[in-house]
Amino acid sequence: MFELLGIPPQALFGQLLLGLINGSFYALLSLGLAIIFGLLNIINFTHGAQYMMGAFVAWMLLNYLGINYWAALFVAPVIVGITGVIIERLLISRLYHLDHLYGLLLTFGLALIIQGLFRNYYGISGLPYQIPGVLSGGQNLGFMFLPNYRGWVIVASLIVCLATWFIIEKTRLGAYLRAATENPTLVGAFGINVPRMVTLTYGFGVALAAFAGVLAAPIYAVNPNMGADLIIVVFAVVVIGGMGSILGSIVTGFGLGLIEGLTRVFYPEGSAVVIFVVMAIVLLVKPAGLFGRAA
Amino acid sequence: MPETETVEHASSAASPGALLSVRNLQGWYGESHVLHGIDFDVREGEVVTLLGRNGAGKTTTLLAIMGILAKRKGSITFDGRETIALPARAIARAGIAFCPEERGIFASLSVEENLMLPPRVREGGLTVEQVFELFPNLRERLSSQGTKLSGGEQQMLAIGRILRTGAKLLLLDEPTEGLAPVIVQQIGHTIARLKREGFTIVLVEQNFRFAASVADRHYVVEQGRVIDTIPNSELDANVEKLHGYLGV
Repeated sequence: MFELLGIPPQALFGQLLLGLINGSFYALLSLGLAIIFGLLNIINFTHGAQYMMGAFVAWMLLNYLGINYWAALFVAPVIVGITGVIIERLLISRLYHLDHLYGLLLTFGLALIIQGLFRNYYGISGLPYQIPGVLSGGQNLGFMFLPNYRGWVIVASLIVCLATWFIIEKTRLGAYLRAATENPTLVGAFGINVPRMVTLTYGFGVALAAFAGVLAAPIYAVNPNMGADLIIVVFAVVVIGGMGSILGSIVTGFGLGLIEGLTRVFYPEGSAVVIFVVMAIVLLVKPAGLFGRAA
Repeated sequence: MPETETVEHASSAASPGALLSVRNLQGWYGESHVLHGIDFDVREGEVVTLLGRNGAGKTTTLLAIMGILAKRKGSITFDGRETIALPARAIARAGIAFCPEERGIFASLSVEENLMLPPRVREGGLTVEQVFELFPNLRERLSSQGTKLSGGEQQMLAIGRILRTGAKLLLLDEPTEGLAPVIVQQIGHTIARLKREGFTIVLVEQNFRFAASVADRHYVVEQGRVIDTIPNSELDANVEKLHGYLGV
């Protein structure tokens, strides 16, 4: 077997795979954040809690109602998305005329409440969720072993990210969304119901987080804190990609997952901070983010 | 939500036969009171202009009619229906379309997406093909980014896209501002043609000569009120007076 810079290929590809999987979650989560920020101008700090809710709802569906993983992949995002719609109508919609800071405080507070509730009822030890039967096992690719479920996570995330990108950039509905992001007043004056669009957009962004949560359930234990740990990194990804940029979130999400994976191979001590180092550099060189439009 | 104030006295009732009647229209930006009782009428198929100095309240009047100005009072009837308390989207659905002074071309949309953005609110709008007939330049630039167009082309796009919707009444805010004379002429021809096709138009203009070439009637706005009405046929006799109003 060959070696690369003294690293056995199994270790290298293993870490790259891990990076891609982390990147899948970064991309899905930062995509939702970017869409929400673009239209609502709200930095949705509840996003991590909503990702966690996605995993929990999948767990509940399975254990209380016997609804399997594949159905949960659709049902859980819908349920969590509806809670998002309620939160937007009841709470967030009252903040649009105020400073960003209020939206941040509200969504951060909501995240603490939601995580607290789940901790109270389910503890913090984590609940197991079985990998669905069809996706157990793995493939030997010669240079590495690919667990089927991990491959599926990458493919599913890519499909959903690209579909979302397509809807936003290439369809009429997406044109409404982009236009309303730029100038909601004028879009309203064309006869389009912008408040309803805002509500549904928040629901959709939240549903993306929940979808990521369902994908994560069989990999990580279903745990009330699973979102809180991840969301800090995701915010760094959003800042690097450029706030509100759709393509930026996707590319940066996967890219930074890979960079993190590579760092774990070549300089493991740096893997926890590498994303923040990249963020600092990007902010110095291109403050609007890699894909951001300068205001 | 704007509060509605019912106007009781007979003299200020909406005049019959008018497509748009504005009565005692008051408007505010926050605490600042800018419209102090605007009155005017537009009959179907007419082109009227609002003339006046900067800050007289012409643009604000259009914003109030369109429902964009948040705080407004008085009465605006369109097509026999009181619209003063309706949100902008309902006013658009009733058949009024707005072309803002800054044109409002979306940078994140292509020319085609900008053109197709406003939904059809009723029958009778121009087809895309008819819009291209009016503004042939747009056809060649369909896939460009909206804001990559020249100022004149952006103005054509801003007007063209609201012609598709079937709106009967067009509110055009300074469509000739900052454009080359040849483009101003083209926009003048367009307005004349739209008038022939039955569109009703309220035009805010600084360019007095342009206004004279397209309008049936001029309303002079000063400090948030309509202080004079001049039919276009009597314009020549009133040039001195108008120059005084406009401070030319």
